[in-house]
Amino acid sequence: MGAKPLGRAANRGQIGKGNTEVATATPAEIKIGPTHEEHPGFWRSYVFSVDHKVIGKQYLGLSLFMALIGGAAAYLIRWQLAWPETYVPGWGYVEPQQYNAIITMHGTIMIFFVAMPFVLGAFGNYLIPLMVGADDMAFPRLNMMSFWTLAAGSTVLIASFFVPAGPASGGWTAYAPLSARPIYTGVTWGQNLWIVAVAIEFASFLMGGINFLTTALNLRAPGMTLWRLPMLVWMELIAAVLFLLSVGPLIAGSFMLLLDRVAGTGFFVPDKGGDPLLWQHLFWFFGHPEVYVVGLPGFGIMMEIIPVFSRKPLYGYKTIVWGSLAAGVLSFVVWAHHMFVSGMDPRLATPFSITTILISVPFAIMVFSMLATLWGGRIELTTPMLFAVGGLATFIIGGVTGIFLGSAGLDVYLHGTYFVVAHFHYTLMPMVFFGGFAGLYYWFPKMFGRMMNETLGKVHFFFTFICFNCVFIPLFMAGVAGNPRRIYELSSYDFLKPAQHLHVIATIATLGLLAGQVPFVINFFMSMWKGREAGRNPWLANTLEWCTDSPPPHGNFSEPVMVYRDPYEYGNPDAPKDWMAQNEPPAEPAPQPQAGGLRLKGTGTV
Amino acid sequence: MNATAHAAVRAVNDDAFKEIAPGRIALWWFLASEIMVFGGFITCYVLFRYAHGGWEDAARHVNWRLGALNTLVLLTSSLTMILAHYSVKAGDRQGVKTFLGLTIALGLTFLIIKGVEYHAEFAEGFTPLSGLFWSFYFLMTGLHGLHLLAGIVINTSLLVMALRGTIWARGDRVELGGLYWHFVDVVWIFLFPLLYLT
Repeated sequence: MGAKPLGRAANRGQIGKGNTEVATATPAEIKIGPTHEEHPGFWRSYVFSVDHKVIGKQYLGLSLFMALIGGAAAYLIRWQLAWPETYVPGWGYVEPQQYNAIITMHGTIMIFFVAMPFVLGAFGNYLIPLMVGADDMAFPRLNMMSFWTLAAGSTVLIASFFVPAGPASGGWTAYAPLSARPIYTGVTWGQNLWIVAVAIEFASFLMGGINFLTTALNLRAPGMTLWRLPMLVWMELIAAVLFLLSVGPLIAGSFMLLLDRVAGTGFFVPDKGGDPLLWQHLFWFFGHPEVYVVGLPGFGIMMEIIPVFSRKPLYGYKTIVWGSLAAGVLSFVVWAHHMFVSGMDPRLATPFSITTILISVPFAIMVFSMLATLWGGRIELTTPMLFAVGGLATFIIGGVTGIFLGSAGLDVYLHGTYFVVAHFHYTLMPMVFFGGFAGLYYWFPKMFGRMMNETLGKVHFFFTFICFNCVFIPLFMAGVAGNPRRIYELSSYDFLKPAQHLHVIATIATLGLLAGQVPFVINFFMSMWKGREAGRNPWLANTLEWCTDSPPPHGNFSEPVMVYRDPYEYGNPDAPKDWMAQNEPPAEPAPQPQAGGLRLKGTGTV
Repeated sequence: MNATAHAAVRAVNDDAFKEIAPGRIALWWFLASEIMVFGGFITCYVLFRYAHGGWEDAARHVNWRLGALNTLVLLTSSLTMILAHYSVKAGDRQGVKTFLGLTIALGLTFLIIKGVEYHAEFAEGFTPLSGLFWSFYFLMTGLHGLHLLAGIVINTSLLVMALRGTIWARGDRVELGGLYWHFVDVVWIFLFPLLYLT
């Protein structure tokens, strides 16, 4: 082919000498880089910015805003469950139809508009270019577009609250036929807008994923080999690929669902020859990998933080990478464990039980690797570390109960109960919120140049940790006792009355959990302006983002970055100091890595 | 081991990925997502047909002769697309214009024939609401047609660049456009036997 297939780094002079062949090439991408902009105005700097750091913060802001709505929905749900049909302070009475809508919106918002923008959008965008030593994402304008596409999707979803007949109320899974025909739920435009909003969200993250992959493969600094990538980059990468490969059939499905609703086709409508179960297959073929899409980045964050505050290398780096790749592959063949009681062919239950229980192996590898990293380390319980370790501890409960539910025989009993609700909150909360908060406390100094307050941070952690467990342990118990989920008013069934006190405990703890976020909000805004100056590397960490200013300038690194070592060289007794940054040259005078000539041959056109 | 040598060795290894043009990674990413979308449709269609039966009567009404003609047209367009790409590599200025123009013309021919088919089917009373087979048929061929239309737009912009002579600096675009064009072609290769011949 005509143009030389080269990364932008070559043209920015980052590779250095020895590659005249490289310097003559003119790849198309050089034009779209943001580095040549001069004094962009307010709109270009803060709203329609192409700087990955601004875009990352925009994702962060959007996800935290949507989390407020999702959290408010949780408050209404819990209040109704503990004290049915009483006046909810700040809202009024929760009507049955409203309850269904609130449940649906809570799930949709929390998964698609909080978890994904938080751990993928915010941390992925902010950190991938910094961690690989690039000046921005590979396609900055596409990056901006992916954020604004998501913003459009969020707007559509919020708009659905205000249309006649209210928002979607068929559950966040939008099971057909409930979702396929307006007569079943009474919801008309709300469900259509739900489909559109979610489809836009999918498009947004497909665009975002292009940048994740291209940046991590193409724009790595010299010396940053794949096996030297910080674990978070690996996890974001695997998550993006899982999303890419799983979401297509559901996009096809949402086309079909929308046509069923607005055009009158019958893909999911039984009396027209359609099959409602097909939607469940399409949804969960996406839905199970999606759990790891939002989960792996949270793990990645924990794996960045635990070595730093244990002053030890991450245990089993390559095993973790291979393990998470294996988990990614397996995640495509476990989806029917969500459907053991759906009426699918029961012969499918055993193979899906086996794969589901198998997938706990790579996750156990990751958990044990983190435990082994902690073992014998000089542990320092800062707020990010507390959230990381707290998240790890809670995740273990979620993971272990997943094995219960993966066994088809037990799942038949537990599937319709609060046990499932407790289980998935125990997996998603640690990975998204504990992981996310850990990351926020850890990288806040890099993002805003100032430290967050440790006291408020610890108050936030202990409130969150204790209250979270007090919400969902009672729900495990209620589930084992046979308390069914998806029911508006539990008190109308006599056999549920003995378990009602569990719901009261859970609701009181929910109030505590929500109140426990107030110190975080105060801390966040107070520290942004009044926090202690952070300096470049407040945690004495090794990865590349800490070797530039806080916050990093436009273009990230003021001078070219060279990488000489692995990301987690902490506490090496032979090293002159406790931490060896990735760009710290070896003791002897280092020869420049030969970046040009040799490598170009043979691999030029793939 | 000597740390310096170690670092140098590690640095030169493993960077085959860096040599792939970002545009090409992005395009393959896009194609992968498209494959999963069409794969979803095709899988649903096949499963339905397996599970429910009785679709043969409906399937008999599609015009396989026109479908086969369209397959020929589209395969030929893939050939002209490759020749356009080859002309860019060979520096053949006239060839690029000719073959891009031919590719566009063949794409339009496909859409016209498809339109004739749709017209005949609607005249016979078969619409997307005439049963699941027709829903799938119109949805999948319609979506494929839209993709082909997008390919025609892309190729037209490439042709404009070729006429203006600006394409030579951006020769990789013909290759990327061609990758997309072949993808649309391959989708049809799956749709044709599934919808027309079974």
